[in-house]
Amino acid sequence: MTAPATARGRGWRAPLALGRALALAAALGAALACGQEGGGGSASGAEPIRIGHFASLTGDTATFGQSADAGIRLAIEEINAAGGVLGRPLLLISEDDRSITEEARTAAQKLIQRDGVVALLGEVASSRSLAAAPEAQRAGIPMITPASTNPKVTEVGDYVFRTCFIDPFQGAVMARFAFEDLGARRVAILSDFKQDYSVGLAEFFRKTFRELGGEIVADERYTSGDIEFRAQLTTIRGAKPDAVFVPGYYTEVGLIAKQARELGIDVPLLGGDGWDSAKTLEIGGDAVEGYYFSNHYAADSDNPRVQAFVRRFEERHGSRPDAMAALGYDAAGILADAIRRAGTTDGPALRDAIAATRDYEGVTGRITIDADRNARKDAVVLKIEGGRFRFFRTVPAS
Amino acid sequence: MEQFLQQLLNGIAWGGIYALIALGYTMVYGVLRLINFAHGEIYMVGAMSGYYVAHALSLGSRPSLGGLLVVLLAAMALCAALGATIERVAYRPLRQAPRLAALITAIGVSLLLQNVGQLVFGADPKFFPALLSSREAFRVGALAVSNIQLMVVVTALVLMAALEFVVMRTRFGRAMRAVSADAPAAALMGVNVDRVISGTFMLGSALAAAAGILVGLSNPKIDPLMGLLPGLKAFVAAVLGGIGNIPGAMAGGLLLGIVETLVSGYLSSTYRDAIAFVILIAILLYRPTGLFGSGQVEKV
Amino acid sequence: MRGRGLLVLGAAIAALVLAELALPQLLNRYYLTIVVRILVAVLAATSLQLVNGFTGQFSIGHAGFMAVGAYVSAAFSVFVGGHWLATLQGALPAELARLLYFPLPLLAGGLVASLAGLVVGVPTLRLRGDYLAIATLGFGEIIRIAILNVDAVGGARGFSLAAPPGVDLRYEGIGLIGAVVALSLFVMARLVYASGGLAFRAVREDEVAAEAMGIPTTRVKVEAFVVASFFAGVAGALFAHAEGYVHTNSFGFVRSFELVAFVVLGGLGSLTGAALAAAVLTAAPELLRGLGEWRMILYSILIIATMILRPQGLMGSRELSLRRLRRRPAAVAEAGS
Repeated sequence: MTAPATARGRGWRAPLALGRALALAAALGAALACGQEGGGGSASGAEPIRIGHFASLTGDTATFGQSADAGIRLAIEEINAAGGVLGRPLLLISEDDRSITEEARTAAQKLIQRDGVVALLGEVASSRSLAAAPEAQRAGIPMITPASTNPKVTEVGDYVFRTCFIDPFQGAVMARFAFEDLGARRVAILSDFKQDYSVGLAEFFRKTFRELGGEIVADERYTSGDIEFRAQLTTIRGAKPDAVFVPGYYTEVGLIAKQARELGIDVPLLGGDGWDSAKTLEIGGDAVEGYYFSNHYAADSDNPRVQAFVRRFEERHGSRPDAMAALGYDAAGILADAIRRAGTTDGPALRDAIAATRDYEGVTGRITIDADRNARKDAVVLKIEGGRFRFFRTVPAS
Repeated sequence: MEQFLQQLLNGIAWGGIYALIALGYTMVYGVLRLINFAHGEIYMVGAMSGYYVAHALSLGSRPSLGGLLVVLLAAMALCAALGATIERVAYRPLRQAPRLAALITAIGVSLLLQNVGQLVFGADPKFFPALLSSREAFRVGALAVSNIQLMVVVTALVLMAALEFVVMRTRFGRAMRAVSADAPAAALMGVNVDRVISGTFMLGSALAAAAGILVGLSNPKIDPLMGLLPGLKAFVAAVLGGIGNIPGAMAGGLLLGIVETLVSGYLSSTYRDAIAFVILIAILLYRPTGLFGSGQVEKV
Repeated sequence: MRGRGLLVLGAAIAALVLAELALPQLLNRYYLTIVVRILVAVLAATSLQLVNGFTGQFSIGHAGFMAVGAYVSAAFSVFVGGHWLATLQGALPAELARLLYFPLPLLAGGLVASLAGLVVGVPTLRLRGDYLAIATLGFGEIIRIAILNVDAVGGARGFSLAAPPGVDLRYEGIGLIGAVVALSLFVMARLVYASGGLAFRAVREDEVAAEAMGIPTTRVKVEAFVVASFFAGVAGALFAHAEGYVHTNSFGFVRSFELVAFVVLGGLGSLTGAALAAAVLTAAPELLRGLGEWRMILYSILIIATMILRPQGLMGSRELSLRRLRRRPAAVAEAGS
């Protein structure tokens, strides 16, 4: 009878297996190293300027990443059609981070190390921007986030910029609007506790509204992806607010509005630029009539620049642009403009040129990059009327 | 008090969706002892196919009961086919393999459907056309119930009754119960086990599709990732009611919907998703056969 | 045999020192990050193998323990450790100080994670099969949502490893990380392959018989679970310190599924199998980048196909061993199950 191999005899097999595994890992690493591309190119005049965009093209927040990419792409195409920058075409390389936080860092690294991009655009989600920004800072590659609103992102370093509002500003805008324009004194908040955008905006709204003397009568939460909000809305209804602040994304707002109406909530709902999408109108339908939200621009504005952008975007991509697309468009535009002004794609010079952006006329407003590397621009408050977003008033950046 | 009643109603209406999805889960588990993780994705495909059928027939602009029925039947048929295909391609080869392998495959199918969904349907959320105009069914003071919410519960009940009928009163149902009790013995008795399993999948998938259409009516935003969490919660509902037990799945679904809504409304909305899992664990620890399950505990 | 073991150990140490010094010269940051990710995945996967492969319990919520390890170690470093490191750096050369400091948050993360493992394991390990699977999945989600609700570690905004000036809490040194992983693997291998480890496999093979033979099955299962969650916590801590920023999104369902996939694809019951599968499948999405949206689709098809065509996974329940490769198969006298 064969006795089963005693455990003692196997005791040293483990280290051997380990050694083998480590050797394998090292070999894998070496193999990957061989695949490394050389950076830099020849001194050909038409050598494209490589720009990287890391975004969530698949996964949970794919819809936002794809929008931003579409906007950036349109900007790049237009710039190239007009002759490029410094006599060279722009080459956009987009990498997917699958909506996964650490993947944003890897995507950024790949763009920097393997593709040799001169600048990075991205990301929409603050958490992913925070994951990737240190890489850009470390490599001396300027990074512009089109839509991350957490103030911490630009605090990472002097190579990190943003072309959108930051939460403190936008949260305060709506708080003031509710207090002064609508005369609301009791407001309920319904925020998306899984998205840092929503959490941040709610926090600053809460703070400002209380400072003004108002009262937050209910503070409810949902998760992005939810489709059922009646439980939270019923509680909000019971608190009898004058208005409800819903700093979420358009993916949920339409349904929230519908269900709020069904439950008999007649007070206005207020939101931020996350509402900016045709989906809000499509899904919300009649329910969103009479609601307000803060945004960068008004799609129905007379500004010919905005009109042209909307029209061109529709032609190119077959759908109306949303906030992400417009912000992406402007981020790309500012980058190109900065390259032009710097006269070079060199890291430090490009960084300084971006920091020196003054009164850039974008579709999302007149943008100036301030000392904290954030965008200073006026906000607009839009009202939803007649199935459209209508300009209501401007809130100057101060 | 009024608020409590409203929350209760909200919970029941929402629970109806869980119940419908749970029915499919419980059937498949009863027959195959497999947690079909892809079930939530079939629910998603149901909603999506309803969307495309409705648009193809331009039913969105002319809400009608007839249109709804057409869409419902089409989605159910499509998903039945999908369910049978998945079973044939991914699960049948693994009947003899370790259980964990089948579980992994189910997860793989789920991931596949999600990603194919994003590719084919697009990642952006879609607005499900209003096949039935939403009206208030009744209102007592501030208590509001819409006709669609009512329809969800009624449909769930009707389908459950129909399913119970099929399982208890038809030959096919008897074959299902035989395979569920002891598949080899059933095979020896002349039951075509493959056919029964296929049929079970088709039935379960059709129910998931119905859930998808109803959710499209009551919460008209659909996207390729919509099936993940509801799928898991429906499994919890099935376990709550007693896995393998049809009225149990219904009860479990409604109960889960109610508890979720009440917790969200009265305690904290941030724990809404966690509550389902807490219930699951509690049930598994204290009453693993579920509320209505028969004592088939594997303890020795 | 002793000499042999020492030789291997020496070789391993040399390899690690080499890795620490040479790799950053050969590979750029992108590849270095991938190597670190691979090491973390290997550790997490093999820790899960202890439970799923060796003790035969279906645990599919393992990412929850990684989350605990990641967040606890990060909180430790930010709220306490940063100052200690600053003090250390005052007295010693920076690199040495960091080397000495780094194991601390790892231990903190691992210990608290193992505590979580105890809390989760005791009630759930009484369950069987699919029920256990779903219960562990549920716990994984509960842990994640609970962390998401703790504002002190950022919630939805994530948690950055912010440090006092002049101090960098991030650690990406392949040498030390590799050493930690290698040491962990060694410990785990000794645990399951020593005579005491037979209990795990006894529970896996036939729980009833094992109980009848006097093995305290529940205690054995809980032991495996606690050890596994310790190492998962360490893996999470390594991850947190390499990334410099943690977010609960990194530890959801999908991560748990990935770990289970590594274990099953590598072969239930094979530590090296799980390690290999983890390494290959962590590198794969990077190598498949060119495919865009098709990447995840191919990945899921790969998992399904492997399950159907070779459900025992890559290695079955055998370990990779030079001995076996050198001898002709017919001559192997071991019970090769």
